[in-house]
Amino acid sequence: MNKILKYSLYDLVRSRWMFFYFGFFLLFTLGLFWLSPDISKVAISMMNIILILVPLIATMFGLMYFYNSREFTELLLAQPIPRQHIFLGQYLGVAGSLSLSFLLGMGIPFLFYGLATSSDVGLFLTLLVSGVLLSFIFSGISFYIALKNDNRIRGFGLAILVWLLLAVAYDGFLLLGLAHFSDYPLEKYALGASLFNPIDLSRILILLKLDIAALMGFTGAVFKKFLGSNLGMIVSLIVLLFWVLLPLWSIRRASLRKDF
Amino acid sequence: MIEIEQLYKRFGKNEVLKDLSLAFRQKGIISAILGPNGSGKTTLIKSILGMVLPTRGRIRAFGEDIRGRWTYRDKISYLPQIARFPENLRATELFDMVKDLRQRDTRDKALIELFELEEHLQKPLAYLSGGTRQKVNLVLTFMYDNPVYILDEPTAGLDPLSIIRLKQLIHHEKECGKIVLLTTHIMSLVEDIADEVVFLLDGHIHYRGSIPQLKADYQASDVEQAIARLLAGEESPEKAFTLNPS
Amino acid sequence: MKPLHIALSALLPLFALFAKANAKTIVVCADCNYCMPGDAVAVAEAGDTILIKPGTYYETNIEVDKALTIIGENFPVIDGQMLDHIITVTADSVSIQGLQVQNVGLSFIEDRAAIRLSKVSHFEIVNNKIFNAFFAIYAANSSYGIIKGNEVHGQAVEEMTSGNAIHAWYCTHLDIEGNEVYGHRDGIYLEFVHKSRIFGNKSHNNLRYGLHFMFSNDDQYYGNTFRNNGAGVAVMFSKRILMHDNLFINNWGRSSYGLLLKEINDAEIFHNIFDTNTLGIFIEGSNRITYRENDFLRNGWAIKMHGGCTDNHFSQNNFLQNTFDMAAEAQGVDNSYDENHWSEYTGYDLDKDGLGDVPFRPVKLFSYLVNQTPESIVLLRSPFVGLLNFSEKASPIFTPTNLMDHTPLMKPFSWDKKIQ
Ligand SMILES: Nc1ncnc2c1ncn2[C@@H]1O[C@H](COP(=O)(O)OP(=O)(O)OP(=O)(O)O)[C@@H](O)[C@H]1O
Ligand SMILES: [Mg+2]
Repeated sequence: MNKILKYSLYDLVRSRWMFFYFGFFLLFTLGLFWLSPDISKVAISMMNIILILVPLIATMFGLMYFYNSREFTELLLAQPIPRQHIFLGQYLGVAGSLSLSFLLGMGIPFLFYGLATSSDVGLFLTLLVSGVLLSFIFSGISFYIALKNDNRIRGFGLAILVWLLLAVAYDGFLLLGLAHFSDYPLEKYALGASLFNPIDLSRILILLKLDIAALMGFTGAVFKKFLGSNLGMIVSLIVLLFWVLLPLWSIRRASLRKDF
Repeated sequence: MIEIEQLYKRFGKNEVLKDLSLAFRQKGIISAILGPNGSGKTTLIKSILGMVLPTRGRIRAFGEDIRGRWTYRDKISYLPQIARFPENLRATELFDMVKDLRQRDTRDKALIELFELEEHLQKPLAYLSGGTRQKVNLVLTFMYDNPVYILDEPTAGLDPLSIIRLKQLIHHEKECGKIVLLTTHIMSLVEDIADEVVFLLDGHIHYRGSIPQLKADYQASDVEQAIARLLAGEESPEKAFTLNPS
Repeated sequence: MKPLHIALSALLPLFALFAKANAKTIVVCADCNYCMPGDAVAVAEAGDTILIKPGTYYETNIEVDKALTIIGENFPVIDGQMLDHIITVTADSVSIQGLQVQNVGLSFIEDRAAIRLSKVSHFEIVNNKIFNAFFAIYAANSSYGIIKGNEVHGQAVEEMTSGNAIHAWYCTHLDIEGNEVYGHRDGIYLEFVHKSRIFGNKSHNNLRYGLHFMFSNDDQYYGNTFRNNGAGVAVMFSKRILMHDNLFINNWGRSSYGLLLKEINDAEIFHNIFDTNTLGIFIEGSNRITYRENDFLRNGWAIKMHGGCTDNHFSQNNFLQNTFDMAAEAQGVDNSYDENHWSEYTGYDLDKDGLGDVPFRPVKLFSYLVNQTPESIVLLRSPFVGLLNFSEKASPIFTPTNLMDHTPLMKPFSWDKKIQ
């Protein structure tokens, strides 16, 4: 698997898409810093990019890579390599190079502006960690979708649907639910529902650094426990990791059952 | 060395192989797997390689059931029907990669020379012509010395000179006592190099026999004629002439 | 008795001068003539000084009923063993310095204190340490006193069973200066206290309020830091309070504010910093108040306005990186918002006069939603919520339409910061 990973990384790092992706983050982040010295403002803009664009690009890119390397995959399938290693290796290659572009693109400006040593380092680390985890989660989801759908159009359609659902619609439904049942105690539901969406989860992870003062305004016991201590941070991270593993496990399973 | 028992495969509702049993045991034999488009030749081959998973049935390679295994693939060289590679790689990198993956002695240099690929080695694979890619594909397949070769339409896209060289290559392997399975729609190729014919139709082995046997059975002067007669028993030959819309 | 008392008070300066002439110093220590502070107080005469040597003295109910100066050397400990009042001052012109007074037990019947001042004036409670007291310094019906440089540290765990660090009731002209108070119910509590100044104090980690005004008028507080209290400062039912140059920081929790204004009138609030509080200022039923040149930084809500508030004027304030800048159900009457700087502002300034050309609406739809359904806070900064806010901004339905700053400052307003 290491070799597959090595080669797909090698392949991807040279692809101009990765270069664009890296360049985009670099210019965007530099632009933000240049426009506004206000660190929280930069953080909020980057948060939006991380929550919307990173999942979208990871999904699209994962699909593109998977479909484009179908023949290459077949070549590998004929080699004496266990099947799941091929897909896991390719997946790690895609997720890894997306993460790398993202980390460098956003990280270099951070270092450049001396944030690594500032008091906001926790916030920026959280942003970077969320971006990386979302890259992994959504390229995993896209690999799974691609494995399950040989028809590219269907695959892309489905992936966009999943992205729309998780990035935007989910919160709409959640809000509707909350507003509709606002007479009931909802804190468990509200927190629980957020666990089922990795984008919401990453957002909460960032909020814990960015808006803790506002979050502390709610004393439901569960909220307080979740937000007030490190518990929220730990639980969010664990569930996010679970979200990374879930597509991984599904990819393995689907790859073992698929005809090529 | 390769034994297929009661192989049944369907894709959705499409039954492609229906309880097919077949074995290739004899060394130094070239078997041509023939059949109309969509008759399941590629499916059969891919089943042997574990790329297509049988709905039912059992396949053994070198005495072992292949289900869930992968090491046996190290002893089979496979030429896929379609040759497309990662866009960003160059041919040399591709060869190096496969070598790196398999870690065995290779003879790629001789093959590159044989197919006159030197000048194309440093170009990105995306920019190679169809035939050149097929040559790269061939180098990848033949660079290992293996007891079994499975070739899915090996001549696709090749120029006549290259086809001649390929034939020599296949012949050489046969001489060395290899088992060669190939599919093709070019009957002259079958005539030239194959020892026997396996004809797939409707998911069954419609015919299996040596080339002389085939010609004798259908009283044909060449394989092409034999196959035409074989098929004529199945469908009316006039059909070919009713193509024009009336 | 009473007329005599008044007459004595009037003669006090003279009396003190006279006393000084014969003043003596009485030393208290384990091997001295007086081994308990109470014994020394009993024999001392007005104008005397009592010097208490280092040591631990277990004593309660020391009544200082004459004008004495009590000085502790290296913080001798007077330990009440959780029993009763420790020192009660009932005479004017008493000065208590350098003592460590500790362990005053809780009582549900009376407000037990480490140092209690009752109907006195011209007192000084300076540089003492008061630990683990139900109430630490308790002044009732007193005036012209100084409470300065004391360190008061309680171990309060719940509001019901804890008292205040500095508590004043029916007092005037107090100076409460440079104390550090923590671990009590309220850091400083003032009820019916007028014309007093509270400055340079540090009040932190108190259960309820760092500083609490009730029915108190014409006071001012400045240069104080209120950190990590249930709420920083509560000003209730009071008039003409001046609040400036204070730092309100990290006051987190459900009913937690930097500053709570409830039913107050005619106050001025300027040059304060509100940093990372759940609510910067919570305003309820308050009128004729000006808020100028304050910084609101990283608060959950910078300002929340509730109930009928009229004549509240916000100008030249900086609203920086708050989760919500404002929450208000209604525009209120005659409230104004002018020339504040809002970091959320995305408008432009084409004529380069430093003022944005489009008005800023500080109340977001989402803040309204969170008010209706608090749990929806989990959707904070969700892109979906961003869409909602945006459409509400374009055509307001739920948020007050005319609550806006017509002249938002493009750059933060800079004012001279005295506190950090
Ligand atoms: N992965 C797949 N999923 C669904 N159907 C498939 C798949 N692979 C092959 N088929 C179907 O199985 C049938 C046999 O296809 P196969 O490729 O084996 O034919 P073939 O004999 O190799 O044809 P050709 O001569 O054109 O190469 C066809 O109907 C094809 O559509
Ligand atoms: Mg085929």
